[in-house]
Amino acid sequence: MEIDGRMFWQQILRLTTHTDKLMIAHSIFFYTFSLIAVISAIMVTVSKNTVHSVFFLILDFISISCLFIMIGAEFLGMIMLIVYVGAVAVLFLFVVMMLNVAQQKNQWFGSEESSKHIPIGLIISTLIFIELIIVIGGWKYKPDLFDINNSTNNFSLSNTHSLGQILYTDYIHVFQLSGMILLVSMIGAIVLTFRKRVGVKKQSYLKQISRERSEGVEVLKVETNKGVKIDD
Amino acid sequence: MTEIGLGHYLTLGAVIFSIGIIGIFLNRKNIIVILMSIELILLAVNINLVAFSIFLGDLAGQVFTLFILTVAAAEAAIGLAIIVVYYRNSGTIRVEEIDQLKG
Repeated sequence: MEIDGRMFWQQILRLTTHTDKLMIAHSIFFYTFSLIAVISAIMVTVSKNTVHSVFFLILDFISISCLFIMIGAEFLGMIMLIVYVGAVAVLFLFVVMMLNVAQQKNQWFGSEESSKHIPIGLIISTLIFIELIIVIGGWKYKPDLFDINNSTNNFSLSNTHSLGQILYTDYIHVFQLSGMILLVSMIGAIVLTFRKRVGVKKQSYLKQISRERSEGVEVLKVETNKGVKIDD
Repeated sequence: MTEIGLGHYLTLGAVIFSIGIIGIFLNRKNIIVILMSIELILLAVNINLVAFSIFLGDLAGQVFTLFILTVAAAEAAIGLAIIVVYYRNSGTIRVEEIDQLKG
């Protein structure tokens, strides 16, 4: 059997007769990757060194993209690897190393003023987590939800193929708008970090090629025994 | 226990989302870790969208995950540029000492 991501998931979803082994494999992979993801997410926030935080962020992205590939969203998993691990995380790493803040130690409970925020933050995030869990528990009581099978779900095509088919037809305007967002962010980043250096010798092509003979060369009549002054 | 359903993925998304919020609140170090926590939150949203998209058989969730990915990359680029400029001007990016940004 070919282990294609979507076919794999299709096997799990559809064939209910001999899916025990696949089910167990799926659950083992899910718990492994999600455990790695949660632990590295915790380490992103608590690690003392910022460079370590970036590395744990990369590990988090890799394990989540493994999960995506496993449940059948192969294209998004690969794009996550390329965009996040290849570009965004390396950008973070670059900035952390450029700013030389890696040596600043974490001071959670250092000052009294900062320790005031900690219980509030814990309470708020616990509340949000409980709310999300309650919402997720509510899905159990809608068993008819999974019977909705949209026509866009075509198992004969690969994930990338079907994604491209609707991305370039139904969502073409949003797609181009996201391109505009990328353009604006690129221009913004360049404008923000651009600075004109003073005291750097630079060649000015326009000045060079627009030079005329009349301003470059001057013919003087030199009187005998007097010489000329050049720098006037 | 062995059957992995939609609820498992949503729970994973909820856990990572909450860890991201904890990271924003409890951070006393530098502002780059806050940006990383925002990336974690966006990742949790992506997990939810992809899980719904796969389990409900609708590809729109994956398309929107793609757009969230784009916006997250743009946001990281702009945020890091602002941080670099601020560090160049004031010499610190500690969260407690950043009090000079004006609109």
